[in-house]
Formats: sequence, C-alpha cells, structure tokens
Amino acid sequence: MQIRDTLFVVWLRFTRHVDGPLMAIVLLLLAVGAVVLFSAVLPDTGRFIQQMKSIGIALVVMWVVANIPPHRLAQIALPLYLIGVLLLIAVALFGVTVNNSQRWLAIGGFRFQPSELLKLAVPLLLAWYFQKVEARINFGNFLIAMLLIALPAWLIKRQPDLGTALLVSASGFFVLYLARLPWKTMFLMVVTAVPLIWLFAHGYQKQRVLAFLDPGADPLRSGYHTLQASIAIGSGGLTGKGWMQGTQAHLDFLPERHTDFIFAVYSEEFGLVGNIVLLMLYVALLLRSLMIASHASSLFGRLLAGAITLMLFTYAAVNMGMVSGILPVVGVPLPFISFGGTAMLSLFICIGILMSIQTHRKLVST
Amino acid sequence: MSQHGFRRWLSRYRYYGRSHEIRDPVRELFLFRKRLWLTGLAMLLMFGVLLGRSFYLQVVAHQQYQTQAENNRIAIVPVGPSRGTISDRNGVVLAQSFSAYTLELTPSRTGDLETTLAQLGELIEITPRDLRRFRRAMEESRNFNSLPLRTKLSDEEVAQFAAHKYRFPGVDIRARLYRQYPFGETVSHVLGYIGRINERDIEKLTKSGGLLNYKGTDHIGKTGIELSYEKNLHGIVGFEEVEVDALGRAVRSLTRVPPIPGDHLQLTIDLRLQNLAEQALGDSNGAVVAIDPNNGEVLAMASTPGYDPNLFVEGIDFANWERLNTSPDKPLLNRPLRGAYPPGSTIKPLLALGALISGKRTADYAFNDPGYFELPSGTGTLHRFRDDKVGGHGYVDMAKSIVQSCDTYYYILASETDIDDTARFMSQFGFGQKTGIDLEGEAIGVLASRAWKRERFSGPRYREEHRRWYLGDSISAGIGQGYNNFTPLQLAYATATLANDGVSYRPHLVKRIIDGSTGQTKDVLPEETRRLDLKPAHLAVIKKAMIDVNREGTASRIFKGAPYTSAGKTGTSQVFSLRGERYIESQVKRHLRDHAWFIAYAPAEKPIIAVAVLVENGGFGSRAAAPIARALFDYYLTGARPAVTPKPDENDVDWEE
Repeated sequence: MQIRDTLFVVWLRFTRHVDGPLMAIVLLLLAVGAVVLFSAVLPDTGRFIQQMKSIGIALVVMWVVANIPPHRLAQIALPLYLIGVLLLIAVALFGVTVNNSQRWLAIGGFRFQPSELLKLAVPLLLAWYFQKVEARINFGNFLIAMLLIALPAWLIKRQPDLGTALLVSASGFFVLYLARLPWKTMFLMVVTAVPLIWLFAHGYQKQRVLAFLDPGADPLRSGYHTLQASIAIGSGGLTGKGWMQGTQAHLDFLPERHTDFIFAVYSEEFGLVGNIVLLMLYVALLLRSLMIASHASSLFGRLLAGAITLMLFTYAAVNMGMVSGILPVVGVPLPFISFGGTAMLSLFICIGILMSIQTHRKLVST
Repeated sequence: MSQHGFRRWLSRYRYYGRSHEIRDPVRELFLFRKRLWLTGLAMLLMFGVLLGRSFYLQVVAHQQYQTQAENNRIAIVPVGPSRGTISDRNGVVLAQSFSAYTLELTPSRTGDLETTLAQLGELIEITPRDLRRFRRAMEESRNFNSLPLRTKLSDEEVAQFAAHKYRFPGVDIRARLYRQYPFGETVSHVLGYIGRINERDIEKLTKSGGLLNYKGTDHIGKTGIELSYEKNLHGIVGFEEVEVDALGRAVRSLTRVPPIPGDHLQLTIDLRLQNLAEQALGDSNGAVVAIDPNNGEVLAMASTPGYDPNLFVEGIDFANWERLNTSPDKPLLNRPLRGAYPPGSTIKPLLALGALISGKRTADYAFNDPGYFELPSGTGTLHRFRDDKVGGHGYVDMAKSIVQSCDTYYYILASETDIDDTARFMSQFGFGQKTGIDLEGEAIGVLASRAWKRERFSGPRYREEHRRWYLGDSISAGIGQGYNNFTPLQLAYATATLANDGVSYRPHLVKRIIDGSTGQTKDVLPEETRRLDLKPAHLAVIKKAMIDVNREGTASRIFKGAPYTSAGKTGTSQVFSLRGERYIESQVKRHLRDHAWFIAYAPAEKPIIAVAVLVENGGFGSRAAAPIARALFDYYLTGARPAVTPKPDENDVDWEE
C-alpha cells in the first residue's frame, strides 16, 4: 500500500510539469509519424530505428525543459541570443563551406549549424525584452526589437541561407505581432519585405516560385517534385492505396520522400481520410498551444507560447502547402513526421517550453 | 533629426503618444487574446484551404492523378515472338531461332562509358572484336537504346554478372533471340537471311501498317524464304505490362500477353539432293533447279558460289561484305532465280514441238545438212551460220536434229517461222514471264519478239534500224542464241511442263506451313498454272527424241548404264561471238567460255523429277552439265547416296569480324 502510494507520488512529481492534453496530441502525432516514416524509409529500416532514438532523446529533453520555470528561461534568453549571434559571426569567419554556403561550424569533428539555434533564441529574447519593458512599450521598443531580429537574420542571409533567415525573421515577427505591433506598420513591413526577399532570392529559389506558379510547364526540372507529389496525393484518393502500397513513393517517383515530402507518402497511402486525421491532430495541437498562450501568467509566457504556436503552424502549413502544390517548394520539414533528429529536438524543446509555461502558471501567479 | 524632432515624429502615432502611461493589464490581456485568437482563426482558415486542396486532389481530380500514377508506374514492354523454323522436306532444320543471354548496355544510363567497359571487362571476357562491334552499333543507334556488348553468355558468366550488377547501372542481361543457319552456305540462296531492321524496313512496315507487330523484334527477313515468308515466320508480338521505378527499371511483371510464335516452314527442298547439286557444281559458277513436274515442288535450287547467311544476321562486317559484293563470281546472286542466260540448244525440243503443232515441219521431214546455213545479208554477200559439227550431220530429220543437236535444222526452221509466232508459242511454257515461284525478285529474262525489240531499243539513243527485227535475229534465236535470255528456273519449269505433257504447276519452295502455336499443319496444294492442249502424237516424237539424247545422242556417254530411262537435251550457249572463227575452248578466257546447259527429266515414262542445270563458262553442256543431272537422278530415283552427306556447321551463329 505504501509502495503504491510512493510510486503514485513519484509519478505525480514526474508528470507535474507535463501537460496531459499536449502530451497526448504529440504522442498521437508521433504514432502517425512512426507509421508513415516506416513506409517512407523502406527499404532502409535503419533510419526508422535512428528516428525512434532521436524521439527518445527529444522526449527526455522536453521533460527537462518542461521542468524549467519560465522565469529561468527568461534569464537565459539574452545569453542564448548573444551566444547565437557570436556563433553566427564565427561561422562567417571560420565556417565550413558546403555547397557554396557557409553554414556550419566544425567543433571537434562535429558539425553544428548555429542558425538553427536562432529560430528559438530570437523569439525567446524578444519575449524577454517585451516583458522587461512591459509597462511602457513604445515604438522605439519595436524598432529595437526589429534590429534584434535583423542582426542574426542578416548574418544568416549572407551565409547564404535565405530560407532559415526568413524563418528566424518570422519567429521574431510573430512576437512583434503578438506584442501588438500596429497593423499599419506590419503592412508596411510586409510590403517592403516581399520585393527585398525576391531581390535576395537565388536563381533556383526564384525558379521554384515560378515552377510553383506553373508546375506542368517544366515537368522534369523545378516543377518535377511538386508534380510527382500532386500525383502521389491525388492518386491516393479517398482512402489511400494502403500502408506501404504507395507506388509513387516506393518506385522512387517522390523525391525526399522521408524528409520534406513525407506528407505525399502519407497522403498517397492513407488518402483523404488520413489527411483529415492529420489535420485534426495539428488543429488540436495548435488549439492547445493557443490556449496555453492565452492563459499564460506573464507577458513573456504569452508572447513565447504564442510565437511557438505560430512557428509550429508555419512549419506544418508551409510543408503541407508546398507538398500539395499551393505554396512554392521550401525546405521545411513536417513537424513530428519528417525524418531528422535536429528538427525533432527543436520541436520537443518548443513543446517543453509550452508545458513549462502551462504547468508553472499557478506557482508564479501566487 | 534632433532628439526633440524624433519624439514629435513618434507622437504622431496616438497610441505611442501615451507610451509613458502605465498600461491597463486587463485591457492589455484582452487585446493580446484578440490578436492571438485572430491568428487561431487564420490557422483554421489555412487548414481549411489545405483540406480543400486535399479534397480537390484526392476526390475531384483523383481519376486524372490515378491515371498519371499508373502511367508513371506501368510500362508496356513488347515481347518479340520467336521466329519460325525452316526445315527441308524431310524435317532437317535449315534455319532456327534460339534464345541466348546477352550482356547489354544502355550508354545513356551508364556513368562513364569507358570506365564501365573496363570494369565489365574485368568481370566478363569482352574481346576487342566485341568492343568494335559494340562501338559500331553505338554509332548507328541512339544513346538510349540497349545495345548488345557480349552475346551467348554462359550460365557462369550470367551468375558472375548478377552478383555485381549493382555496380553497373545501365547494364543488363537480356535473353535475345538469335537466328542460326546450321548448314551455312548450303541452300543459302533459297533461305536467304534475316538482318537488323533498318530505316528502309521501318518505312516499308510503316506503309503496310505492320510496324506495331515489330515492336519487340530486332530482325526482319531480307532475302529468300526469310523475306518471302516474313509474315508467316515472324509471328505476332506479345506485350508485358511491367512495373517500373522512376529510373525506368523494371521492378516486376504485372500482366503478360504472350507473343504468338511464327509458323514453321517445311520446304519442298530435299537437303541431300540440294547438297548433291551444290557439290556437283563444285567450284564452278552455276545453277541447278529440280522440280517435281506433278506438283511444282522445287526439290533443289542450287546456286554457286554460295555465301554464309549467318554473316548477315547481326550485320555483316566490311571485309566480308566487300568480298561478297565485289567478287566477279557474284556469290550473292541467286542464279536460278535472277540469272538470265541464252538457253542455247536446250530449247530445240520446244521449237520442234512448235513446228509440229504449226505444221511447219513433220516428224519425218529430213534434209541433208551441209554444216552451215547461209543468209543473204544487206550488202549482197552471204552470212554463214555455222553448225558446230564441221561438214554437217548428214541426213537430218526432226528426231536426229534433237538427238545430235543439229543447228542447221533450226536455222532453216527459224528462217521460215515468224519470230512473233515463236515467241507466242514459247510464252506458253513460261518464258519471258515470272514462273510465280514463292521467292521475291524473280527475273523474267527476255523472250524476244518484234514488239520486245522495239521496246528495248526505244529512246533517242537508238535509230530505227536498231529497232527493226531482222531475219538474222530470228536465225540466232532459232538455236537459243541472240536476244533470248532465260533463267534456269524458267527452263526447269518448261522442262517440267513438257515432262508432264503440258500441264504445269506453279513452282513452290514451301511444302507445308506449321502453325507456330497450335502445331496445325497446312499443306501447300499444287496450283495448276497451265494445261496446254498438246497432241500426244506430237509429244511422243519430242519425248522419244529426248530419251534418245540420253541413250544414243549428245548425253549418251553420261547416262550410260542408268537403271532408269531419262530424257534430256544438252545446250551450249555462247557468251562471246567469235565472228566466224572456230571456237577452241582452251584458247578462250574462262569467263568468255560457253555456258553449259542440260535439261532433263526422269523416269521418262512417268517423270517425277525435271531439272535444268547450268554451268557458267562450263563449255559443252554434255560434258559439264549433264553429269550433274545424272547424279541427281541417280540419287533421287535409286537412292544412290552421294559420296559426302552434308553436315551442320559446328560454328552456329558467326560473330566473325
């Protein structure tokens, strides 16, 4: 009896900072992901095992992060950001060049891409900053915040890695938005950003956008991926071709089938019914996140949780939009489904932060 | 901009003008939540769009994408039918197809070609000859074609390659069909050969609408039976639906419509008789045709020199082609079918028959032969046509004119007969026209007449005197010289017609067609082409005379001791006009020597074989040509085996460079 009580208390302590609904939704997404990934990596099941290991590690990290109270997270925001920017400068000075872009730092045989870090560090810093000036946010604060975004974004852009620069900018922009940047300014920013982005874009990136606008015109080059993905999804029909039965996927017509284009594999094998299930899971995840943001006890928590929610949405929507041919091809993985350890780790840190914000509420508000 | 000015600029924004005020936390939270849930709405909207897109792709446009996925996935691969076998009348196989493993390479799909070739060479023996052949094929085809590199791999080599296949993208092992002619040069002109389908063949097939049927076929009949019976031998293409991956590699077979193999052909040719004929011709250039007069079956059709049809199957190399094509002996020429020669005295029996029928001569009419015939020429002098026997044959009647081949008799007969009447009569025996044999490219030769000469010498290069028919032309024609040119096949056909008392059948080489898939046999029935109304009395005179040719006449020495009665007629046709000089064989260059002819049939009472033998530049027909007929008859009628029996060549498909 006593042992059972003890175990119960341990369980309670263990799960105290784990948000039940969020955990359940994430586990369901992971289950879907595992099923489709197993099919997508075939015949290389080694990758599947590798991904399961990554998920295991990521879950532990999530639990650790969830147990860190938000005010501690706020404390590390500035150091993390500074480290990130310094690393980016280091990249610019001593970085490893791969495929004509200098993105990596090599530390003792281990290659590391600091730009990934900024995707989280920027919203963290901005949330911390706005909390700091909470009582009297003025336009000057917004200008400072914009500079704080622009510095790492520019460093990443000149690597060059426009995609990540945009995602980092977006993560910061979401905080600005939630901190109630005036609509007029926002509109101006978007209007000036679009031609700038087009100016910065590489030939191949422009090509992708053009291919997106008319995928059939050039079926074997830029538009090939999109076309084959559309064929995969479309041929899946209402209920799909069945698990591991997707011909587009298994006969190699689908490119990047276990990473960026895994949604096409899923759609082909599970059809419209499967897509509805997946969309519903994402909607549930986002609703829960929004709820956490909405109920967060501090401005820091609200802004951070809201920005994380928007990032999760961005990843999911951009990926699915790209694969189903309504957005241009950008290298964004599908959250919780695509193969990739680093992305999985980042995601679970985000989930951990959300859980931390949710479960430390009462403690802080007292 | 001064500090003050900047603040005034900022103050234009009402909201920020109050920025120094402490904000109301409740209102702040409300405004935050408004923005937050606004994004929530936007998210739902976006997901709605994604769902809509999914619905469009998977429900509305599903059929279209389904089709595209199937088109991606399924390739239809034609499967070529197996070509029919050709055998002789006794079932000895003369041409057959067999399947063998080939190492094939698609240049566009391999990485670096030279490296690939070098690495393959370490694994499987590839000779320099194979490489040369491959490179030639590469020049002739496009890069995405699969080209044979090595043929006839052994099972060990196939296994060896299969283990290393992953290292060689674009290299495959395929089973290909090969054509083999086991007897090489024997019967080569009759069989012909197949060769790789070329542009001209494709054009022809496109016109005839048969191209689809050749989707899986590399070869097509080029000459001989292989050409004439292409439709039967080829069969009908099959199809296999194959699942392919994005690189076009076949992953598995889905459905298969098997090809229908081509028909097997059983020829009327008797291989042993054929071989005997070819061996009897030996090193001479010549032709032998043997026909069964009762049904038109061609028992032997020899043409020397021959060629090895195996050389042509995979494309003949330059050296061999050069050798065959420029040789003065013309080995590629099917002499019985396409070679037209002056018939010489062999037509005397028919001319005599014509004289009997027209009443120009009776069998008993006789004259004293001086050994020449003189015709007044335009200049007032006499042109003398010589008999080959100096001093003449003495007292000559019709029988003797045939038995001893008296030219003077026919000079006189010709001088009294209108050439057009002669031509009309001779055309009844098939001269000047195709016999209708089932081989393509038959020559019609020349059956001279006034109209023919006018036509032949039409055009501005000739004058009226060239076009006119002269009596001298008739005299020459009277002994089978002059303009008349007949093929050995035509002579054999005429001989068969005579032997069969005027009833002739279309000569044919295919006796039986055996359905490639059902095995049902279809016999080729004799097709009567002519039934001449000949009086038995007339026939008896001619036939008796021809029997006497072999018994006591020009061929008597050759047929001495034959255990059957045969009928024949020798012939010697001039290649070169000696202009009144005496012909001395040893003093004339070989290619200008006379052609030796012999026509014959046996047994004389009830003929079952009729032959025409031609030995080019062989001299006297009795000496060079008649022994060949004797050998054929001996074998065919008494079963006397030829000294040497033909053996299949051990080297089947020849890949010689």
